[in-house]
Amino acid sequence: MTSTEILMPALSPTMDEGTLARWLVAEGASVKAGDVIAEIETDKATMEIEAAEEGTLARILVAAGTPGVKVNTPIATIDVADGIAPTSPTVVPAPSPVPAILPSAPLEQVPEVKSAHETAVAGTSTAAISKAAAPSAPTASVTQTIREALRDAMAEEMRRDPDVLLIGEEVAQYHGAYKVSQGLLEEFGPRRVIDTPITEQGFAGIGIGAALAGLKPVVEFMTWNFAMQAIDQIVNSAAKTRYMSGGQIDVPIVFRGANGAAARVAAQHSQCYSAWYAHVPGLKVVAPSTPADAKGLLKAAIRDRNPVLMLENEMMYSASGPVPVGDDILVPIGKARIARPGSDVTIVSFLRGMTYALKAADILAADGIEAEVIDLRSLRPIDMDTILASVARTNRLVTVEEAWPVCSIGSEICARVAIDAFDDLDAPPAKVTGADVPMPYAANLEKLALPSVEDVVKAVRKVCYA
Amino acid sequence: MPDHIRAARPPAAPLPEQPVTPPAFSREEDMAAYRDMLLIRRFEEKAGQLYGMGFIGGFCHLYIGQEAVVTGLTMAALPGDQVIATYRDHGQMLASGMDAGRVMAELMGRRSGYSKGKGGSMHMFSKEAGFFGGHGIVGASVPLGAGLAFANSYRGNGAVTWCYFGDGAANQGQVYEAFNMAELWRLPVVFVIENNRYAMGTAIERSSATTNLSQRGQSFAIPGWQVDGMDVRAVREAGRLASAWTRAGNGPFILEMMTYRYRGHSMSDPAKYRTKEEVAEMREHHDAITQVRVRLVEAGVGEDELKAVDKEVRAIVNAAAAFAQDDPEPDPGELTTDVLA
Repeated sequence: MTSTEILMPALSPTMDEGTLARWLVAEGASVKAGDVIAEIETDKATMEIEAAEEGTLARILVAAGTPGVKVNTPIATIDVADGIAPTSPTVVPAPSPVPAILPSAPLEQVPEVKSAHETAVAGTSTAAISKAAAPSAPTASVTQTIREALRDAMAEEMRRDPDVLLIGEEVAQYHGAYKVSQGLLEEFGPRRVIDTPITEQGFAGIGIGAALAGLKPVVEFMTWNFAMQAIDQIVNSAAKTRYMSGGQIDVPIVFRGANGAAARVAAQHSQCYSAWYAHVPGLKVVAPSTPADAKGLLKAAIRDRNPVLMLENEMMYSASGPVPVGDDILVPIGKARIARPGSDVTIVSFLRGMTYALKAADILAADGIEAEVIDLRSLRPIDMDTILASVARTNRLVTVEEAWPVCSIGSEICARVAIDAFDDLDAPPAKVTGADVPMPYAANLEKLALPSVEDVVKAVRKVCYA
Repeated sequence: MPDHIRAARPPAAPLPEQPVTPPAFSREEDMAAYRDMLLIRRFEEKAGQLYGMGFIGGFCHLYIGQEAVVTGLTMAALPGDQVIATYRDHGQMLASGMDAGRVMAELMGRRSGYSKGKGGSMHMFSKEAGFFGGHGIVGASVPLGAGLAFANSYRGNGAVTWCYFGDGAANQGQVYEAFNMAELWRLPVVFVIENNRYAMGTAIERSSATTNLSQRGQSFAIPGWQVDGMDVRAVREAGRLASAWTRAGNGPFILEMMTYRYRGHSMSDPAKYRTKEEVAEMREHHDAITQVRVRLVEAGVGEDELKAVDKEVRAIVNAAAAFAQDDPEPDPGELTTDVLA
């Protein structure tokens, strides 16, 4: 008899912990390979764990209801008879055959309403409320993930305007490949929450055609990588039609989805499209890094008469922070946010770059370098006024992004600052970017291909001659 | 029709029969068709002439030879229906009731053009007329047309989208993505494939593994007919039956219009890929306008009456050209307007 540990499994490329919801098998019971023994809740869904071997569930190491169980933590032990089949195994009745990983009922997460004071305490550096968006009077807020904030933005706008609808792969019955559209099918029905076949060019075009006729579709791309199939429709049909029609035709459409690197999904699933779309006149492009901005920008995008693209990041869907409550709280498109004020250097970033930038600013502060961190929020138009005003104070500039370095958002900002504010600079600007390679799969190479907090700290020290 | 595809959804209504001989036109209908087709032809001839004189730049794709298609289908359309087309779109615009002078002004890049001179021949729109372009990317207007139909279906307004494209576009991948979703969601759209036999300079036999384009929807269970696109009566009847069927919620319908363009693909095309005899055969024996004229004469319409139509049409076209030539270019300030709302 040998004892085998059952480990907390990783059920998606980005899962690092989960809640052990319940055990379906008691200590001492016999199990067969394939029996469902427990349920795990991730931030996306509830999943079932199956036994991989035949034996006896000897000990349960993590009690039902335990949250935050890290991947690879031992959760139980199974005693397995060495090479000898049990003579009369007690078989736990298995439910209907299921695949190894099967999402079941969605998580019901009711956000807790907090006072403005509590929110300020709860707010982390990655989730600071926008100054621009912060209302002057104390406003109630809730703590939400970016995933929930995006869903609420869509739900509120769909309640407000019957012309708003959601269309894309897996958005309805599956609740979104990354569970962003949880509950929307149930509330709004299949007329307004529409699953498509895997045909990005086709459904992007259908969405644009519907927008030409005045509907306001939100088109979800599972990731922006797949939207390359649809880039002709986005650029040639959505971005150019107002101009080509002499201003006659609105294209009120939103394209949104996960952008950039996730975790270990390699070259064809990890590209950042920030510069690609920021290049195109006729589009607006936003890229939120906090739940409040995600919600406020998506609501603003849905109400906009122009095509707006929202670049999200899969690794950030679970990031939580305060979100002001109110149906009409929008974040203006085209306005950056000073996420952290400082006087010694300006760090400009967006989307996941913000997580490196803010951590670097903490480290630098300990050394006496006060970095001002600007979250662009919008990549087209870029809020150059906020950047130039900051550089006028700090005289130093570092840009941080995960995208490739050539012709990147950072390239554009460095160029504009050099052109418009050369005399404000006390040092050449520095760019921190992803490596100029297709995203590798190997864990060590992937890490090298992405920027790090250390890269940002190094770049800041260089421009500060520190 | 593949039953396994239909099986999951309620069956569509029985298909109408395609008439072997289309119903005859009344004298009034023939006169209307004659006038509308003649307007398109004379307009296009004038556009060709103005192109040669340097008034029209860039690409200019003439509709000469194909007039019966849009004329017949417009006779079958109902108010509130929408039209979307490719870059061979002047005929669709005139048939949609757009003003010839403003269309010509757009061709010349003048400020009174439908797109203020910013769109040109290939990119013109009139929301008022229900004309949604004018699209320069081959195939791209097909999902857009399905999207217009999606909006009609969403609103339940009873309107049908007439989505025109050519035999060349019929080989684009996104056309089939749109076919699939249009049938899956039973969208009210008539896909009109104007088969003029040449995708630019490539004959259909040289570009298409199967050349009966009306059957290109078969794997999606979309019905389709080949129609004599040179006979405006056949076109109208097919359009009536197909649009009534799709308007009733039965899903899309494909009409492959067998037609011919007399001119090159665009003004810069010398059309060396086909013989003079082939073009002459179509012009002399199958011309859509001549067919109607012959019928009218046989019905006792006098030369005077026909000449009056010719004169009216020439007057419209000449006035359009004069209007456009006198119209100023856009104000330089227009360069940066209309990019965003």
